[in-house]
Amino acid sequence: MADVKKIATRESYGATLKELGAEYPNLVVLDADLAASTKTGVFMKEYPDRHIDCGIAEANMMGIAAGLSLVGKIPFVSSFAMFAAGRAFEQVRNSIGYPHLNVKIGATHAGITVGEDGASHQCNEDIALMRSIPGMVVMCPADDVEARAAVRAAVEHNGPVYMRFGRAAVPVINDKPDYKFEIGKGNIVREGTDVTIVATGICVDSALGAAEKLAADGISAEVVSICTIKPLDDDLIVQSAKKTGKVVTVEEHSVIGGLGAAVCECLSTYLPTPVKRLGMQDVFGESGSASDLVKKYGLDAEGVYKSVKEWL
Amino acid sequence: MNNLELQKRANDVRIGIVKAVHSAKAGHPGGSLSAADLFTYLYFEEMNIDPQNPDMEDRDRFVLSKGHTAPGLYATLAHRGFFPVEDLTTLRKLGSYLQGHPTIQIPGVDMASGSLGQGISAAVGMALGAKMDGKDFRVYTLLGDGEIQEGQVWEAAMFAGHRKLDNLCVIVDNNGLQIDGAVADVCSPYPIDEKFKAFNFHTINVDAHDFDALRAAFAEAKNTKGMPTCIVMHSVKGKGVSFMEGVADWHGKAPNDDEFAVAMADLERIGAELEKAGEA
Repeated sequence: MADVKKIATRESYGATLKELGAEYPNLVVLDADLAASTKTGVFMKEYPDRHIDCGIAEANMMGIAAGLSLVGKIPFVSSFAMFAAGRAFEQVRNSIGYPHLNVKIGATHAGITVGEDGASHQCNEDIALMRSIPGMVVMCPADDVEARAAVRAAVEHNGPVYMRFGRAAVPVINDKPDYKFEIGKGNIVREGTDVTIVATGICVDSALGAAEKLAADGISAEVVSICTIKPLDDDLIVQSAKKTGKVVTVEEHSVIGGLGAAVCECLSTYLPTPVKRLGMQDVFGESGSASDLVKKYGLDAEGVYKSVKEWL
Repeated sequence: MNNLELQKRANDVRIGIVKAVHSAKAGHPGGSLSAADLFTYLYFEEMNIDPQNPDMEDRDRFVLSKGHTAPGLYATLAHRGFFPVEDLTTLRKLGSYLQGHPTIQIPGVDMASGSLGQGISAAVGMALGAKMDGKDFRVYTLLGDGEIQEGQVWEAAMFAGHRKLDNLCVIVDNNGLQIDGAVADVCSPYPIDEKFKAFNFHTINVDAHDFDALRAAFAEAKNTKGMPTCIVMHSVKGKGVSFMEGVADWHGKAPNDDEFAVAMADLERIGAELEKAGEA
């Protein structure tokens, strides 16, 4: 695993929008003064007339996107997760979710890997917020390959979609010839029999690293990668839980309302199974480098390994 | 349509509002009645719409940003032929498509609304989309004077002014009252016209209950190029129903049976006078 290619999923978002711009003449991109950071700048350069900078006004931006979708556009609304899902929550709910409009929200800088900006900008609540809106698809890709596939799937899906991207560069793990992406379908990225680790976003890589370490201790961990948190791939999770009997969830998000909660909702309904939820334990983040933060909050491979080992 | 015809339609709309809200035992009559003439003017005179084809691609759009006055919009759409007038009394009842606030599934409704401050942004998006595609349909949105206390209204106004959306017409129903009292006392939005002017709008002040004035204002808005227009419409809350006129308390409650009888008598008297004026 020496020279692993690393790309931030926000880069994948911008690059894919640029590609899709050629295929979908009605695709438009909106930003709130953060095009340089959300990486939609590459789309803006190619299609300046189809890029709309709304200024620092996220609530209005969501409404404008709603209006654009009602006159035939496919708007991709971009901002940091904190502002897209947090600040503009009610606009997303009432102006986009309730009328079930064809608006795609590309939220970058999610979770603690925002890093140095600190807790005010580290959104660990967006999955919980967006998941609670009826009809909203929520996706959190693990790497460049999955992020590109998710953006493509979003444009083909008719209805509102929330996509969560990260700021920090992450290893590419899905560059397999047989990799397939479908909204609502997870992937088993490593098979095992003793414990299931369900992970999303950048934590899939940590889960794989942890599984490797567990294997050295004679523990066989199955790693399930979940990009679509809603609708959740219940079948895949139940099937894996049935095999291992124990489930650990890992996410760069609060353990309240996110992937861990979604998995618990699924298992408590279909197959009650003990679940250990790793993530932000009802606390705010803080300033620091992305790697230091991931380590401090136990979301790197070592941290996940220790937590799983201790729990088993 | 001449003024007398418009007045008759507006009175029918008012009757529809009162019947719907009475039947629902809830709803917002005050701001529906203050905007009844405006609703009537837009749907019977101003807008390019087709009740037989509510989703006509290049129709003019209307967003009721002050969504709580849905009874006014519904009564107008019903009388314009988008759905049966009889359905108005199903308002707010379980199973009815006439929800308490506008939903996108209702024939003729262009955008869901009800959470104040949001409709104007959707209208701005529609106007922007029309400009991007070189289409010449127009977009109208109605806001309450209390609603403009919401910050999002000014985000939307700044954007519309910046983008010179001259296909957008914002109307503020300045009836002067909100739930907690006079807008001037609660948190004054005045001067409304000057505020929109500062956001690069062309502004027009108009008497909300004078069809000649409305006609002139909308013609002026249509002829204004290079900037959006804001029509500040000076209205009487509860207009047409004697005991509701100018009373904040009638913002969001339904008349009881006795009050309903008085309200209907008021409106039927107005209707009879209009009929007589037509025969004269």
